[in-house]
Amino acid sequence: MFLGKVIGTVWSTKKDENLVGAKFLIVRQVDLNLKDKDNFVIAVDSVGAGEGEIVLVATGSSSRQTEFTKNKPVDAVIMAIVDKLDVPLKKYLQKQENLA
Amino acid sequence: MFLGKVIGNVWATRKYEALHTFKLMFVQPINGENENIGEPIVAVDTVGAGPGEIIYYITASEAVIPLPVDMAPVDASIVGIVDTINLKS
Repeated sequence: MFLGKVIGTVWSTKKDENLVGAKFLIVRQVDLNLKDKDNFVIAVDSVGAGEGEIVLVATGSSSRQTEFTKNKPVDAVIMAIVDKLDVPLKKYLQKQENLA
Repeated sequence: MFLGKVIGNVWATRKYEALHTFKLMFVQPINGENENIGEPIVAVDTVGAGPGEIIYYITASEAVIPLPVDMAPVDASIVGIVDTINLKS
């Protein structure tokens, strides 16, 4: 799973009929400091996320493992809304980056 | 399976129903020499790992297998804590 920020919604009327009723959100990947990265993904929402929220996105075949997305053409799903990040070893990461 | 180091955890009250009892951890992938490779990921903890520990994790749809639920949108889970690594250099 990766961290992302919901930056918008996608509307579409013509789509695979299995996808009728799905809520699509545009998610921009963010790093541990919640700074924007360059990757975007369109993900199906399974938790009721809204714009501006930090979420976790599961990708690949795992994203078909929800009641709604089962056997549907989906490869990214929002599976949690993040309240707080607790990363005590963040400094260790930065130290290694500086050494490299 | 890949080696990683637990660097922190994620607090998320609102998550997919089947995942309510699981811990979500930040994992930094590492190589055998304890050097960071790539970006941190988020993985579900099934063994009780804590920050600072070296673990191994599985990815893709197999990540659901160690969880005691039928279906869950999980693409990475921690399946073991590493005691030692023996590397012939």
